[in-house]
Order: sequence, then C-alpha cells, then structure tokens
Amino acid sequence: MATSAVSLEPAAHTEAHELSFLRKYIFSTDHKIIGIQFLLMSFVFLLFGGLMAMMMRWQLGFPDRPLPAGQLLPETMAPGGILLPEFYNSLVTMHGTIMVFFAIMPLLVGVFGNFLIPLKIGAPDMAFPRLNMASFWVAFSAGILMMAGFFVEGGHAAAGWTAYAPLSADPEWTGVSGGQQIWLLSIAILGLASIMGALNYITTVVNLRAPGMTWFRMPLSIWSLFITAILVLLAIPILSGAAIMLFFDQTIGTHFFDWTDGGQVILWQHLFWYFGHPEVYILILPAMGMVSDIIANGSRKPVFGYHSMVFALISIAFLGWVVWGHHMFQSGMNPTLGMTFMISTMIIAVPSAIKVFNWMGTMWRGNIRFHVPMLHAVGFVAMFVIGGLSGIFMASTPVDIYIHDTYFIVAHIHYVLFGGSLFAIFAAVTYWYPKMFGRMMNSTLGKIHFWLTFLFYNLTFFPMHDLGIAGHMRRIYDPSQYEFLQPLAPLNRFITVSALLLFTVQILFAVNFVMSWFNGKKAPENPWDANGLEWTVPSPPPHGNFAKVPTVYRGPYEYSSPLVEDDFLPQTRKLASDVDPAAAGL
Amino acid sequence: MSTAAIGHYTSTGQDTRKIAFWTFIGSECMLFGTLIATYLSYEGKSVVGPTPQEILNIPLTSVSTFVLLMSSLAMVLALAAVMRGDTRYSKVWLATTAVLGAVFLVFQAFEFTQFVDEGLKISTNLFGSTFFVLTGCHGLHVLVGVIWLATLLIMSARGKLGPEKAMNVEIAGLYWHFVDVVWIVIFTVVYLIQRGPAA
Repeated sequence: MATSAVSLEPAAHTEAHELSFLRKYIFSTDHKIIGIQFLLMSFVFLLFGGLMAMMMRWQLGFPDRPLPAGQLLPETMAPGGILLPEFYNSLVTMHGTIMVFFAIMPLLVGVFGNFLIPLKIGAPDMAFPRLNMASFWVAFSAGILMMAGFFVEGGHAAAGWTAYAPLSADPEWTGVSGGQQIWLLSIAILGLASIMGALNYITTVVNLRAPGMTWFRMPLSIWSLFITAILVLLAIPILSGAAIMLFFDQTIGTHFFDWTDGGQVILWQHLFWYFGHPEVYILILPAMGMVSDIIANGSRKPVFGYHSMVFALISIAFLGWVVWGHHMFQSGMNPTLGMTFMISTMIIAVPSAIKVFNWMGTMWRGNIRFHVPMLHAVGFVAMFVIGGLSGIFMASTPVDIYIHDTYFIVAHIHYVLFGGSLFAIFAAVTYWYPKMFGRMMNSTLGKIHFWLTFLFYNLTFFPMHDLGIAGHMRRIYDPSQYEFLQPLAPLNRFITVSALLLFTVQILFAVNFVMSWFNGKKAPENPWDANGLEWTVPSPPPHGNFAKVPTVYRGPYEYSSPLVEDDFLPQTRKLASDVDPAAAGL
Repeated sequence: MSTAAIGHYTSTGQDTRKIAFWTFIGSECMLFGTLIATYLSYEGKSVVGPTPQEILNIPLTSVSTFVLLMSSLAMVLALAAVMRGDTRYSKVWLATTAVLGAVFLVFQAFEFTQFVDEGLKISTNLFGSTFFVLTGCHGLHVLVGVIWLATLLIMSARGKLGPEKAMNVEIAGLYWHFVDVVWIVIFTVVYLIQRGPAA
C-alpha cells in the first residue's frame, strides 16, 4: 500500500474552535453527530412501524372488537375504532416500508456506517463531511414525505411494501393514487440519500485508513459495512429507476407495467427483486459484522476464521445478485429457471453456515463475559439460524408452492429482520452507547430487557410458522371470514397478546436509553476491554477523533494474547517486536 | 463536495474525490442498465405504432452522436490545457466541450418534437415510454454536464482554474466521458440494432 507524500500531521481544522449549536448538533458535518441523528430518527420510525404492527395484530387477534384508543384515529381510517380494510392494507404496506427503509436500513447503515467507519479505521471524519450531512437531511425529508402520505386523499399506498404492479400501477385496484405516488417519490429521494452515504463509506474505507490499517486488519464490522455500501451503491439505482417508471405510469400515462398496452407486470417484480435481494443482505451483513466484533469481545478470543469470515461476507454479497428469482417462484416463471434460482439460493447457505460455525468456534472454550451486548449478539446468532433454516424451506420450489404468501414467510422475514437485524442493533447500540454518549447504560435493566424481548419475540413469531403451514394467508384483513382459518383464532389471539407484550417491554429499552443519557455512569475510554481504535479516544470522542494520526500494528481481535499480561491487546499498542508500518511496507 | 480529506493521510495516495467519482459512475451504470434492460425487454412489444423502424432517423442521430464524440475529444484537450496552465486554451476547449454538448441537446430536442409531430408521444405505446424515458434520462445527464462545464468555464474566466485545480476538470471529464460512453451504448442498442416485432 503506497503512502503518499502527504504529511501525517492532523489538519489544522481539527483544532477545537467552538461551533454554534445549529452547526454542532443540527447541520453538523461531524460523522458522530450524524450517526446519532440517524439513530434518533430511526428510533422514531421504529416506534411508528411498531405501532402499525400493533394495530394489525389487534385486528388479526380480535377482528370484531374496536382497537383500544382507536377512536383517536380519524373516520377515514378507523370509524368507531374498527380498522377499515383499506386502512389495514395501508398499514401492511407502511409497516414494511417504514421498518425496512426508515428503521432497520438507517439503523444499520446510517447509524453505524457513520459512527464506526472513521473511528475504527483511524480517520478524522468521513471523506466528504458535507455530503454526509446532506445524506442525513435528504433521508429525513424522505421520511417526512413518506409519513405525509397518510394524510392525502385516498389514504396511503396499499399495494404492499413491494409495490407490485398492477396493484401499484393503477388506482383502480387499491383506490389509492396520491399515496402511492408519494410512496414512489419518497423511495426515490431516500435512494439518493443512500447513494450519497454509500459513496462516502466506500471512499472513506478505501482511502482514509490509518497507517498500518491494512485490509486484513480491519474489524469485520468495517468489512461488512464496506461490502454493504457497495451493495447499496449498485442496488439502489435499480429501485430508483423502477420507481421512476412506475411513477410515470401513474402520472403521465406511460405503459411500463400496463398489460393492456403490452407492458408486463412481472417486469416490476424482476426489477424490484433485482434490487430487493441485495437489499436483504444490506439489512443483515452489517448486523453480522458488528456481532462478530461483539462476540470476539465477549468471548475474549480472536474471531475464529477471520479470513473465512471476510470471504463469506464477500460471497454472500456476490451470490445475493443471482438469486432474485426465488421471490418469484409463483409468478408463473419457467420451472427450469426456478430450479436454477433454487440452486443458487441454496449455495448461500454455505457462506452463511461458515459464519455461524465461526461464531460458535469463537465462543467455544472462551472466557465468556455475558454483558448486555454479548447477550443480544448470541441471541442474534440463535435467531439467525432459525431464520436461515426457514429460508431453505422457501428456497425449495416444491415446498414454496405450499407455503408461498402465507404466515410462514412472515415468520421467516421476522426471524431474520427482527431476530437477526434488530437483535444485532440492540447489541451494537448497547455496545457503542458509551462511546456515543459518554455514559454507561444500566446493565441490569439491559439484561431484563434482553430476556423479556427474547421470550416474547419467540412467542410472537414462532407460532406464525404454524399458522403458515395451516394455510393462513398473509396480508389478510379478517381471518375469521374464512371457515378453514377459524380454528386458528386462539393461536392468532396468543400471537397478538405476545406481540403487545413484546412492544411493551421495549419501554425498558427506551427508558434505559434516555435515562442513561442524562444519569448514566460516566463511561471510561474502554469499558469493554476492547481492541478497536475507537476505544483509544475519549468517550465521546472530540471533533476530529484522534489527537494525532494513529498507527496500527495488528488485527482487531487479539484477545487473550500470550504476548501481554492483559487479556486484550489494542490495535495501536506498540510492542517491542512490532515494526513501524511504513518500514514494513504497509 | 467538501474536500476536508485533502491534505490528510490517504491509504492509496489517490485523490479521494476521484475514487468517489469512479464509485458514483458504478451507481450510474446500474441506473442506465435498468433503463436499457427495460428497453430491450419491451423491444418489438408495442401493441400500436409508430415503431422504431418507422420513425427513427439514423442519419440525423449519427450526426449528433458524432458531435457528442467530438465533445469528448475537446474535453481531453481542455484537461490537458488546464494541467499545463494554458488559460487561453483552457477556456477555448471548455467552451467547445460545453457548446458541442449543447448542440447534442438541440438535436435531441429537435428529434423529440419531430417524433411528437409524427404521433409518437411518451404515452403512445411501449416504444414511446421506453424510448423517451431512456434517452430523456441521458439528455438530462448531458444537461447537467453542460451546466457543470459552464461553471468551470466561469471559474476559468475569473482566473480561478489553474493547474492546482486540474482535479476539478478531471472529475468533470470523467463524468463527461461516462455520459458519452453511455450514449454509444444507447445509440447502438436503440438505433443501430433494431429488432422487429417478435415473429
């Protein structure tokens, strides 16, 4: 790696000079503040998405009873507290949209991409701080626009978060036109924000690594965020292009997805899933990377098979581009083509299994510290295994014929997106909270939150597999209308009660998050005895991060090294045997 | 774009903005790829006319393609002039590039109005929808490029585009060449390789 002739001294602008409140916290160009802005925004959307899920669960569990406090909703949504079918369709659509695009994706990529990348590779900030600020505010505007859709005539988009044509292409089918158009615009605008972010992450990782931070000394969290950024960069423009075409179909009478004039509704499915399957990995790879960091820390051992972890990430990302057809087995596609998609999908199980076994290998005979982040990380591994295994069911074309579009797929997606991504997010937030806010979160409250969430999460989503196998369709308004579903009513009620409890126990997390911000114990520099560069600077780190450009001597997972007394060996600590990176030709 | 990273340690020794711009081009490829794939999958599927065979004017568009190709040559000369600090030819070649780009846009505007006169609107058939969205998206990129070149020209006229700012021109050049290459693909796919309705 060639070092340029540029000086190693920090630039003058990192010297502290007081910024106004507006510049420091609102229109900030500091990657750490932008990360926290994304965190607060996504938590608000997580709450909105959760509330929508609660409304749907109430309707499914108790279809004949008015929603508690449902009278607060306007007549156009829930007259007398009973949800209207049209509004239920909007809820299905918006729960998915908000959770995927405005909660999980910004939580993983927006929050931790911003907060961790410069700190962990030893850079003073992102490569383009102002572009970074613009990325947040564009994403924020897209979010406001998306929520505004609830208040237009005809209600919000109701064609599902996948916006399948012809439902989405013609108001004739869902009765929605304005809402769908707002949905498409908001998605296109959010796409712009995502691409701006991805450009920044990629460039920063490629070019701003500190001396000695070679590619294979990068933490897996950074590897995963880097690979995710490449997926965002390449997948999002496909969705934007498709969204623009659908928008034109709605507004200026083009015929892209209009079968009466020769258009094909299936083209939307192809374009959507050609974006959508890489998107699935956008939503899980950063979770895998951060969990790897946390499990190594909690196990006090190096990550088992670091290189294979990196190559597994890369191969998952690559294979993610050639499996989109497995979302479309029931679309009438050629069964032979279905077979190729089945095989390519099954191949993804190999790198995924490599990761799972490596996590277990890391924990194996480790001196495990079950701190709150570790609990969530282990929860992630367990839940991801269940989600991964149920994925194999649907990847098998013969089985998929039976379970397609049932609650089985609802169970599956929640095992990977909630059991997977969201547990990893809880792990990451609790792990890096001290670095973000300079305070420790309450550990007892954190453990209670983890165990209750883990319990009610499984009680909510595991029975959905049973519903699906019993033939319960997804996205239906009132299961009591179908005679064959009536025996499932008690199970539906059980799931609803569990879901309400799952939602309620999140208050513990919210309380812990807010209270610790003001009253938490002051965090030391390195509360978890970790090796990464971010733990060598104060909590929270100052503007510009590092007082001088750090030098890296080793990989990020040197726990329990025989070379030192402590059971951790920071990346920047120079031992007598270490050579200066420049001298070593790195 | 901010240049805060300039002057810091870099891992590769390359200019950070240049890396970012190459990355951005990757993203643009996927956008155009989406539109071109849509065009190809709908080629010959229109239920009503006019068809591409009836309406596309290959000689006319060949001229505008030549104009756009020549603008890439001018762009190369502009960058060379800026790098050697030749302010006079910096301005000449930047202006030439921008004007050739604008001429291409005039050709396109003429072509679009002629098609509308002959009965091909964006809502007429699948060919209209796919053709106008694909070439319109490209035209929009050319327009952005012309505006970008105009701002560089103004900088140059004010004497603020010395050799130390050559990277600004190099990045604009990357964009311009990319837009040019995309047009070569579009011209080939849409104009030169026409497939009739499926037999």
